[in-house]
Amino acid sequence: MAAIFSKTSDLILKVAGAVIGLGAVSGIAAFAYLSYPTVIDTGYQPKQPVAYSHKLHAGELGLNCYYCHSTVYKAAFAAVPGTEVCMGCHSQVRQASPRLEVVRQSYASGSPIHWVKVHDVPDYVFFNHQAHINAGVSCVTCHGRVDQMEEVKQVKPLNMAWCIDCHRNPAPNIRPADKVTQLDWVPDRPAEEIGREIIAQKHIDPPTNCSGCHR
Amino acid sequence: MSGVRQDPQLLGVNPPLVQGGRDYHDVTDDISSITEAKVYETPMKYWIALACTSSVVLVLGFMLSYLVANGIGVWGNNRPVGWAWDITNFVFWIGIGHAGTLISAILFLFRQKWRTSINRSAEAMTIFAVMCAGLFPLFHTGRPWRAAYWLFPIPNTDLNMWQNFRSPLIWDVFAVSTYATISVLFWFVGLVPDLATLRDRATGKMKQLVFGFLSLGWRGSARHWRNYEAGYMILAGLSTPLVLSVHSVVSFDFATSVIPGWHTTIFPPYFVAGAVFSGFAMVMTLLIICRYLLNLQNYITIKHLENMNKIILVTGSIVGYAYVTEFFIAWYSGNPYERFTFFNRAFGPYWWAYWSMMTCNVISPQFYWSKTLRRSVPFMFCLSIVVNIGMWFERFVIIATSLHRDFLPSSWGYFQPTWVDIMTFVGTFGLFLTMFLLFARFLPMIAISEVKGVLAVEKHLYSETQREEVYK
Repeated sequence: MAAIFSKTSDLILKVAGAVIGLGAVSGIAAFAYLSYPTVIDTGYQPKQPVAYSHKLHAGELGLNCYYCHSTVYKAAFAAVPGTEVCMGCHSQVRQASPRLEVVRQSYASGSPIHWVKVHDVPDYVFFNHQAHINAGVSCVTCHGRVDQMEEVKQVKPLNMAWCIDCHRNPAPNIRPADKVTQLDWVPDRPAEEIGREIIAQKHIDPPTNCSGCHR
Repeated sequence: MSGVRQDPQLLGVNPPLVQGGRDYHDVTDDISSITEAKVYETPMKYWIALACTSSVVLVLGFMLSYLVANGIGVWGNNRPVGWAWDITNFVFWIGIGHAGTLISAILFLFRQKWRTSINRSAEAMTIFAVMCAGLFPLFHTGRPWRAAYWLFPIPNTDLNMWQNFRSPLIWDVFAVSTYATISVLFWFVGLVPDLATLRDRATGKMKQLVFGFLSLGWRGSARHWRNYEAGYMILAGLSTPLVLSVHSVVSFDFATSVIPGWHTTIFPPYFVAGAVFSGFAMVMTLLIICRYLLNLQNYITIKHLENMNKIILVTGSIVGYAYVTEFFIAWYSGNPYERFTFFNRAFGPYWWAYWSMMTCNVISPQFYWSKTLRRSVPFMFCLSIVVNIGMWFERFVIIATSLHRDFLPSSWGYFQPTWVDIMTFVGTFGLFLTMFLLFARFLPMIAISEVKGVLAVEKHLYSETQREEVYK
């Protein structure tokens, strides 16, 4: 019987093995990179039903975050304001603006505006705004400079590694209670030093066990 | 000298392991012809069976896609029964695999020659069962593409956290992945000489290349055989502790917790016996089907089936003993919570599962005390299925009944599976049977070289005439 494989088969096999091996390794590496939340989630900027500008309201007009998102100090969920909150001003200001058509309709009909949630952690994560805000974690830490955003987009990864980094070392992200909603606050001495003092004073001890965030 | 004195068949004890007077060439022909047959030469009943099972694989594919698309809320497990069908099915499938390892490793080390006709298919069954089992931990994460670093300690920038190495769940990951690796290696090493046989008989260029590649340059020289047998022995030695360790570690998932009904030291041996029990029942089911579909009655004889039934009887009795011991200890411990759990198991809302388990696992194998029933193919086929139903119920009973009565009565609940739970489990049967049928058709499902080893007992029957004389 003639030989099935020629003498070059060994070489072909080695080359093919190397190519497949390298292909597999680079494929896994590419997949791992592309599937990380920092890559696929950061930059998420859905189209909202109303062209509401945070840059105008929170930045130029200087509205406090708390004015609209009024539950952050006392509830797990940061309330998205009802149409009535919008109309509190817009029944007086720019009553006829075509950009507010959806808001007026919603106010007239009583059916809420369907805002699209931007910062959406998985259902098995129980994030509590109240706990973070009262500890002195600023809005800007997780949401970025919303006061400079025309339309809100996700700028932080919001993945577990990112959460756990801060839970293990919260000092750099803890600031005085009155500065929490001041997104452009610049500490006058190292932020970590201020953070450590507040942590000592308020006995802040963020959980790093599973049931801290997953129940 | 006639064959009468020496031929054991005529003495009525220890009949030959290969029937029908097959000689060395016949063995090669019989087994290889299954894989070499043209599509129309393979019995139609085989293709019908394959069509049925592969349609069920599509169901599995749909269920898993549905799960990934919607999240694991489509399964019925929820507080207080956080572990339900997913882990029940995982333990069930892992258990099935144990017979393969026991047959290939332990029976090999104990020089049980009857293993040769069944070890290849039992090992294949092990691999397919482990694949089915692996689907459940993989998909219960809901995001299987991230499961690699959730299950294995792989450095990553997504969690910044290791697994909890004190948790038996991570031990389980290592136990099962070791088991899968060793099983595949063992199976493949055993296949090499037979793949070389197929290569040498192959007519098409493509077949030659494929089998030539897979047989790793096997030429059957004395040196090859020496290395092969040493390697096979080492793998058998490595597999032997796995028969005990894998299911022991699986049982730790429960035993190291503090749930009444789980927290018992009897679990490791009890789980291992149950695994071997269910595994042999599954080997039985599969071999009876394949024996019929591919006409292998000469190789998988009543003697083989009877031996397996004896193991089913032994392990089934151990399992029954374990059930009784659990109840005894629950009473003897004086712990009211433990007592409640076991009373509730038998007479609580899941009484039907408990009594199904008791009937199928404890009572049914006792029929095998009868030699007639032990040798009746239709009976053992039915009983092998009954045993596996019972063993599935065992896992369900352990898991669901221990969890549904939480520590606070206000948290008590009742688990019911959803249609996704049910169809996913049915789907894994499709995958398992399809893989097995494909294996039986495209690879030598009986170890040709090993079966020839047990033929040697008849070497004295050197001539055609003598053989005819003996076998009439």
